[in-house]
Amino acid sequence: MFDDLSDLYQQVILDHCKKPRNFHELTGATSSAQGHNPLCGDQLKLYLAMDGELVKDISFQGSGCCISKASASLLTEAVKGKTREQVQKIFEQVHEMVMTGRVVGDVGKLAVFAGVYKFPARVKCAILAWHAVMAALKGDGQPVSTENEQS
Amino acid sequence: MSPTTPPPASGTIDWSALRADFPILHQQVHGQPLIYLDNAATSQKPRAVLEALRLYYERDNANVHRGIHELSNRATTAFEAARTRAAQFINARSADEIIFTRGTTEGINLVAQAWGSKNVKAGDTILLTEMEHHSNIVPWQLLAERTGAKLAYLPITGDIGLLDLARLDEQLGSGVKLLALTHISNSLGTINPVADICARARKRGITTLVDAAQSAGHRPIDVQEIGCDFLALSGHKMCGPTGIGILYGRQETLETMPPYQGGGEMILNVDFQRSTWKQPPHRFEAGTPDISGAVGLHAAMDYLDQIGRHNIARHDQELGAYAYAALSRLKDGIRLFGPHIGRAGLVSFLLKDVHAHDVVTVADQRGVALRGGHHCNQPLMRKLGVESTARASFYFYNTTAEIDRFVEVLGEIQKFFGA
Repeated sequence: MFDDLSDLYQQVILDHCKKPRNFHELTGATSSAQGHNPLCGDQLKLYLAMDGELVKDISFQGSGCCISKASASLLTEAVKGKTREQVQKIFEQVHEMVMTGRVVGDVGKLAVFAGVYKFPARVKCAILAWHAVMAALKGDGQPVSTENEQS
Repeated sequence: MSPTTPPPASGTIDWSALRADFPILHQQVHGQPLIYLDNAATSQKPRAVLEALRLYYERDNANVHRGIHELSNRATTAFEAARTRAAQFINARSADEIIFTRGTTEGINLVAQAWGSKNVKAGDTILLTEMEHHSNIVPWQLLAERTGAKLAYLPITGDIGLLDLARLDEQLGSGVKLLALTHISNSLGTINPVADICARARKRGITTLVDAAQSAGHRPIDVQEIGCDFLALSGHKMCGPTGIGILYGRQETLETMPPYQGGGEMILNVDFQRSTWKQPPHRFEAGTPDISGAVGLHAAMDYLDQIGRHNIARHDQELGAYAYAALSRLKDGIRLFGPHIGRAGLVSFLLKDVHAHDVVTVADQRGVALRGGHHCNQPLMRKLGVESTARASFYFYNTTAEIDRFVEVLGEIQKFFGA
């Protein structure tokens, strides 16, 4: 009945949107960043606990649509234990994937977002958490908004 | 049928037959028949309007006023005929009370700048309501910043979204210079008793502005009966083209106002150091206007009056009530906003545990065009304690069969997201 939607709402996405992982405030966070999508009111806050160059722990809080919540949830799983440089690389892969549908290299579970590019109105939902994590890594404390980004 | 022919009695109208007048409605979207339920954002255009635009550009196009040649005369005549028709459409006393704008937003900005700069001082209050669209909030915030005036808001009564009119007289008290409010709320579907409200403001010498963006093409509008000083509307929400709107202003008020923008068309005489301006309405129409837009709007007004706006209002309310009742049957799974009875033809809602944008994305895949988000009502959304809602808004060409399908799709969405 929903074949046409399975590109966007894959089972993994539905699962993470209903039961988001690492969905709490992080005690001992070394930095955090806010992400905001003014078009739909989505708000999320991402917490990072860095150990030198390494993401020791990560979590998020907030509210949003299924895509933005699942994206943040899967992000926390993908990024935990990675170095700053690795996170930057994953960000670039995800960005390319949600903009064009092209999957470059091994993105693991994040490949479920490869169908998002067919829904231009939803690209911002998928990328919001990724902009927030990059801002948190920079640690300048500036909130990010989907309306100030080239998405 | 000429616009002066009395419209048919509502019982005799075959509403679904009117769909034949709207070419855009007959298409498939994502392989499904299009069900267009985003009319509060913009309405579709009947062939009569499309044809008027085509004929204008194929036969009469030229710049208006001061032209000596034939085409310019025709364009000027058509443009001014649209003004006269607009005056009749809202029962203004004269065509001089009709200013062409880009739409409701520009109309309100025009009043905030031209009237506001002359009449609002530091410490004055501008009274709005909590259900206003951003276009009836932000221009007043800019005016308040420039002048040191304050903004106050008449509250609404929770999810059913009625204005708390028991508070009105108290809020119309000291220092209020202007009351600006919407006729119909674009996200709640509330129809405000604007005539009564304007009368109460006017008794205290307060200037009033009515935002008629949602009401103009949906029910008869009579500015004398409403008794407002200003009324703004958009052509594109009432079967007309985008980019054209009307600002009504009482003649005696318009005459006291300085220009809004400077340029051609609005001047009497220009010297290197200073200029003098024309009388209203031309004083407020700098530059080449949207001539084809006015021509298209004229055709739209004729089209609507052939159906009869009181008929459209009744049909709107029937569709609104039908949808509201059908959605209520989804029970715990849905939160509905706006009044239970006497609503306009739109419904705002939230499905339990499903974000409005997910609702809209899935509905779109079923051919159903909805809108989700804050609907340019962020302060109202905060008041209701939500970030967004999903909205279905109807026009006379929508059918109960379309509403049945829309509600069925919502049921599928609930199942899909396991709510």
